[in-house]
Amino acid sequence: MNYTEIMVRYGELSTKGKNRRNFIDRLHGNVEKVLHPFPQVRIHPKRDRMHLTLNGADAQQVMQRLQGVFGIQNYSPSIQIPKEMAAIKKLALQMVQEQYQPGKTFKIATRRADHQFAYDTNQINLAVGDYVSSHLPDIQAEMRHPDIKIQIEIRLDGAYLSSQTYSGAGGLPVGTAGKAMLMLSGGIDSPVAGYLAMKRGVEIEMVHFYSPPYTSENALFKAKELTARLARYAGRIRFLQVPFTEIQETIKQEVPAGYLMTVQRRLMLRLTDALRQQRNGLAIFNGESVGQVASQTLESMAAINDVTTTPILRPVATLDKTEIIRLAEHIGTFDLSIQPFEDCCTIFAPPRPKTKPRLDKAREYEARLDTTGLIQRALAQTQLTEIHSEEHFLESENTEMVNLL
Amino acid sequence: MIYFDNSATTKIAPSVLATYQQVSEKYWGNPSSLHHLGDEAQQMLASARRQIASLLHFDSKEIYFTSGGSEGDNWVIKGTAMEKQEFGRHIITTSVEHAAVTNSLHQLEKLGFKVTYLPVDKQGRINPADLQAAVRNDTILVSVMAVNNEVGTIQPIHAIARILDYYPKIHFHVDAVQALGKNLWSQIYDPRIDFMTFSAHKFHGPRGIGFIYAKSGRKIAPLIAGGGQEHNWRSGTENTPAIAAMARALRLALTDESRHAQLQNQLREQLITHLKTLDNVQIFSGLTTDFAPHIVCFALKGARGETTVHAFEKQEIYLSTTSACSSRTGDESVTLKAMHVPDQVATSAVRVSLDEQNTPAEMTTFIQVLDQIHQHYQVLN
Repeated sequence: MNYTEIMVRYGELSTKGKNRRNFIDRLHGNVEKVLHPFPQVRIHPKRDRMHLTLNGADAQQVMQRLQGVFGIQNYSPSIQIPKEMAAIKKLALQMVQEQYQPGKTFKIATRRADHQFAYDTNQINLAVGDYVSSHLPDIQAEMRHPDIKIQIEIRLDGAYLSSQTYSGAGGLPVGTAGKAMLMLSGGIDSPVAGYLAMKRGVEIEMVHFYSPPYTSENALFKAKELTARLARYAGRIRFLQVPFTEIQETIKQEVPAGYLMTVQRRLMLRLTDALRQQRNGLAIFNGESVGQVASQTLESMAAINDVTTTPILRPVATLDKTEIIRLAEHIGTFDLSIQPFEDCCTIFAPPRPKTKPRLDKAREYEARLDTTGLIQRALAQTQLTEIHSEEHFLESENTEMVNLL
Repeated sequence: MIYFDNSATTKIAPSVLATYQQVSEKYWGNPSSLHHLGDEAQQMLASARRQIASLLHFDSKEIYFTSGGSEGDNWVIKGTAMEKQEFGRHIITTSVEHAAVTNSLHQLEKLGFKVTYLPVDKQGRINPADLQAAVRNDTILVSVMAVNNEVGTIQPIHAIARILDYYPKIHFHVDAVQALGKNLWSQIYDPRIDFMTFSAHKFHGPRGIGFIYAKSGRKIAPLIAGGGQEHNWRSGTENTPAIAAMARALRLALTDESRHAQLQNQLREQLITHLKTLDNVQIFSGLTTDFAPHIVCFALKGARGETTVHAFEKQEIYLSTTSACSSRTGDESVTLKAMHVPDQVATSAVRVSLDEQNTPAEMTTFIQVLDQIHQHYQVLN
């Protein structure tokens, strides 16, 4: 089929009352971003759906890109033809035949925006249905659960027919819920947390701590590569790399081994919160899952969370590791996450971290440090980059190497 | 020169050799090293592995590099024996395998393993029913070659696989050393296969490198223990230049594969059709699709195979007496013996093995020389 248009139906948008315009504009912008490689596609956002005129772009490739856009309930590739009954009938039959196998049922569903059109909805349904039945005598019509559903839309500029509807990513358009920071380690959980945040419309900015020479450059590349994977859902994501070496070394000298991890996490959270404030974020997301490791017991969370009143959202808090892994596989970050590069969480991990740290002790040990100075220096050297979904940082197929193979 | 001994080895392709040299010069770091020289070598290695995996529709994690076909066969067989000996000590194979398989099994027999060697028919092919009858409760491995290296017979891999579907715990190994680049993949690959052995120098790659496919979830004990390379399965510093060269050779071998196979098919037909017109000639290879397109084995009765080989050599035509590996030891062909070919005929057998670079003109010249040699023997006898 030579599709001319893709019709996009909005997700939860329809329930959002006065914010509707804002949601549609944001979705429009996000769709524009992912369709950047197809400049010929025209986007027409309407009140209850969005029409993408393909102008020759490949429908399959465009739909593949739409797959990652939150705020889309489903979409149908369709064909525009002149508003003539003969042409409509012929194309409808062709679309049915493409999917028909003995025993399958069908339905014709018409919507009419152009009320000047000579036939009304029921007349069109009947006429086209009769035409299909007369050419496929064994086919049964079925109104409730048809196997094949041909949708006909009579608009001012023509008739639009479609026979397939694909589910979109659901959720809300990224950006409609505001901005937040995501603490991205490079493990399995934090990218999943980022995905879930974006699914609910949050625009995220990555905060990644790196500690050269304790962590290799590859650990940083891995975090960036993960960001690029997630950028498929947002077009692009900003990435903040925060130097953490001095802080880790200082903590290691000043703080007893059992509290190394707790104090370290408090400093990470302080830094993230400072960055959030600088960048006008509203909340902080992370990949903590209750009880998974020493720093993620409720006691630890309490002792760490103590440094800020900013909402800290933990989308995977109550998921099992297997559930998180399934999601990571679904969004394509799992393979990357399990690549074994030392990250800053593992490298200074004490042999026996406190699983039930005491808040007063955590505060007391942290007070031994020049927290303000440490944070200021780290912030001063924080680097911001913008990462797009097409970018590669890790084991990117080096062309020189590929040419050798 | 006419080179008709491609089953023994193939000439390395110039661009493959160039890759070998360039990788040796540019990416000579140890892939396990942590610095950037190591990183680059690691990247090179990963790219090569990815390419090999994707060319054969495997996952990168299922490819393990070896030193070649013999190591691959030894590893899968002995590795399975070590890994699974508590579950059983019985192995099934055919009576026409390469020595790397047969002699590995002889070693295991000395350790108390039991081996069933399946008989073959006149074409060198096993009967799947015999395999079915041979399976026991304690069978841990079935090892069957895809393409016989001496006569070119393709074994009924799919039929074997359907039987082994009922015995999911048995490792199914296919020695596919002779089978790559001959447009035979659909005949010799089956999803039931757990392990496959490949060797680079059979498809214009360098010597001393090969790989095995090990299906995800299947495990064999390492044969070479050490520094833990290849996911701890096969230690030893990775041979990056040879691996990259092999990846290139494989890509080239699979490009235009069907056309190349078609060409070899034509040459095979040209030769076999002619051989059929000669007296006192016995042909062991067939023209049907259950024989590989590149191998023709035949006997000029009354002359020893090595005499024929040397007679051709005088005209700068190179072929071999059946398997090149065993030809120097003077043993008669294992495959022909299993096919119940009488000894005096088997010792007369020679093997022509083609590749895509051979031409119809070469085959015409070959046939002319063949006629002279044949005529000479006829007179002598």
